[in-house]
Amino acid sequence: MVSTKHTLVALVQDKPGVLNRMVSLFRRRGFNIASIAVGSCETPGFSRVTFVVDGSETMVEQVRKQLLGKVVEVIKVSDITDEDIVVRELALIKVKAPATNRSEIIQMVGIFRADIVDVSPDSLTIEITGTEDKIESLLGLLQPFGVKEVTRTGRIAMLRGVQSVGE
Amino acid sequence: MKLTGAQILCESLLKEGVEVIFGFPGGVVLPLFDTFPQYPGLRHILVRHEQGAAHAADGYARATGKVGICLATSGPGATNLVTGIANAHLDSVPIIAITGQVSRAFIGKDAFQEVDITGITLPITKHNYLVMEASQIANTVKEAFYLAQAGRPGPVLIDIPKDVFIEQAEFHYPDKVNLPGYNPTLHGHPAQIKKAAEMINNASKKPLIIAGRGVIISSAFDELKQLAETAQIPVITTLLGIGSFPESHPLSYGMLGMHGTVYANWATDAADLIIAIGMRMDDRATSKFSEFAPGARIIHIDVDPAEIGKNVRVDIPIVGDIKKVLIPLNRLISKNQHVEWVNQLDTWRKEHPLVNARITNAKSLLPQFVVRKIYEVTQGNAIIVAGVGQNQMWAAQHYWYDRPNSFITSGGLGTMGYELPAAMGVKVGKPREMVWCIAGDGGFQMTLHELATIVQDRIAVKIAILNNGYLGMVRQWQDLFYEKRYVGTPLSCPDFVKLAEAYCVPALRVEHKEDTVPAIEKAVQAEGPFLIDFMIEPEENVYPMVPSGEALSKVIEEPQKEVHIWSQQNTP
Repeated sequence: MVSTKHTLVALVQDKPGVLNRMVSLFRRRGFNIASIAVGSCETPGFSRVTFVVDGSETMVEQVRKQLLGKVVEVIKVSDITDEDIVVRELALIKVKAPATNRSEIIQMVGIFRADIVDVSPDSLTIEITGTEDKIESLLGLLQPFGVKEVTRTGRIAMLRGVQSVGE
Repeated sequence: MKLTGAQILCESLLKEGVEVIFGFPGGVVLPLFDTFPQYPGLRHILVRHEQGAAHAADGYARATGKVGICLATSGPGATNLVTGIANAHLDSVPIIAITGQVSRAFIGKDAFQEVDITGITLPITKHNYLVMEASQIANTVKEAFYLAQAGRPGPVLIDIPKDVFIEQAEFHYPDKVNLPGYNPTLHGHPAQIKKAAEMINNASKKPLIIAGRGVIISSAFDELKQLAETAQIPVITTLLGIGSFPESHPLSYGMLGMHGTVYANWATDAADLIIAIGMRMDDRATSKFSEFAPGARIIHIDVDPAEIGKNVRVDIPIVGDIKKVLIPLNRLISKNQHVEWVNQLDTWRKEHPLVNARITNAKSLLPQFVVRKIYEVTQGNAIIVAGVGQNQMWAAQHYWYDRPNSFITSGGLGTMGYELPAAMGVKVGKPREMVWCIAGDGGFQMTLHELATIVQDRIAVKIAILNNGYLGMVRQWQDLFYEKRYVGTPLSCPDFVKLAEAYCVPALRVEHKEDTVPAIEKAVQAEGPFLIDFMIEPEENVYPMVPSGEALSKVIEEPQKEVHIWSQQNTP
């Protein structure tokens, strides 16, 4: 069975334990969750969750059905991997930046249309938004300077056009 | 008027029609127990171990179709329920477990008798709740009863801190639930039903119905019978589907699976159309998934969409409540005959019967004989509650079940020790029925303390122990697959007759064939509970048997015979 990265988007009631219940279904099947992003959405009392998981088509479909049917607070779940989607992730990168390297790093930040959000005598903190690939390439280019810390939000996704997920 | 949390809970349970609670008290549920005398409509039955409360609630629920209630205190009380909750979860049984929790201020601090029971039971409940305010109890109970029964039934746990039982709140019982995320599909898709009907009417010479517990849960016996009779389709069942179709019916061919009949397993292998109704393609029923029904197209009807296509491929999936699917399906089914196919199955049944000459002519006391005699003496009218293992398979094979819910056993979880507490729950739910607990000597020793409950609450369960001095099913596997190295399976037992007498349960021991019927008659005539210790042939094995992981066609009939492989070429 071919294992690929799937993007699942779920609309859930904002209640204690709901994330636990969802994640537990993945854990039980030995899925490794590559990323998970949760936040409030357009309707008060509800949250939207974006999961990225590795798995075969049938395994992921099985978990999707289980999330929908078995976790009481889950309203909708869609696998939007093959849809036309906008995908974004945000990363904060702290990189060593003594005066000698600083201008080169700032140039790179400009090319990637990232932002510098914090400056100290020996480091810069960069905020970058984009696809995982874009973030990976900037990270790769910054590695030689000495990346001190990275934190990433995980993927969030939305369908292109007027349609909403699950409609 | 304001009520305490404990009063609100009792009022809510009464609103849901609860009559019986199987429970065990403890520190944090004392405020609730203290409230019980105000509610004489709620009968509390004191079990001897909380696992027994969960199994009794499970047996009660299966026998009556209502929700069974069990109650335990926090900590060890709650964890003792876990096996029973998991058992109900795997067999889709609607029970509600109520647990006490430490007071709100102590939660999360490893207080005395504190466990995170909602965390522990998360994967084995349909849903669970920690109720943090007395004003939420009524809503929670309403939701719990709805969730336990709606769609595919299952257990729900409600955890209530001690001070919430004491806290006062207005009592208002809601009329309906607000669960936007839970909308089970009950009505099958008309286009799918039409496709299924066309396939059944026109595209099959060798159709076969496999009926599961879903038929029983949905009370679709008449609809199933109508489908089978109209189109003359043979019916086999899963272990938990036993009773969904009368076993004395000419179109009934028994159970499939690991210890199913030869003819049911061969029929599955030879069929060109499988109509799987309310069953979940469990590995003990289907055996090797990839070789299940190799020549058949499969129509799978189930209320749980996650069960469809989970283990075996499906050609026509229909998601819906069994009864609500079968009614419109039956309207589209035309009268039909499958004479050749039915004749083939009859021939197989004649040539490979469950009861062979060896069993019939045996001089020693065989378990198959004991079960058959219980059937004869009770005229097939008893409810049989079996344990797990050999005793369960003999009870499934050699008693004939014509009524739904007349065979009750732990299927999915395979919980030894289920039998006695579950039988207790069955008898409480169906006091006019004759209830027999068929146990092994191993499983019986796991929960035999419930004999005290049976005596205290006058629950007239009849108990037959099939005593072979072994953990028989495990020994059978050691016999067949581990060159008879009986490690950990020889079992010393107490004198069950003396033990029963110590509990004030009258008892008899049977060692010879000729004493079997008189003993069973005595048990039937006894007003209260009765125990018979049947000293059966120690190394008797359960056959037929499909070795684990093999295809159903590779069913083995008897120890002395070689593996019998059914040849596709002989299909009619």
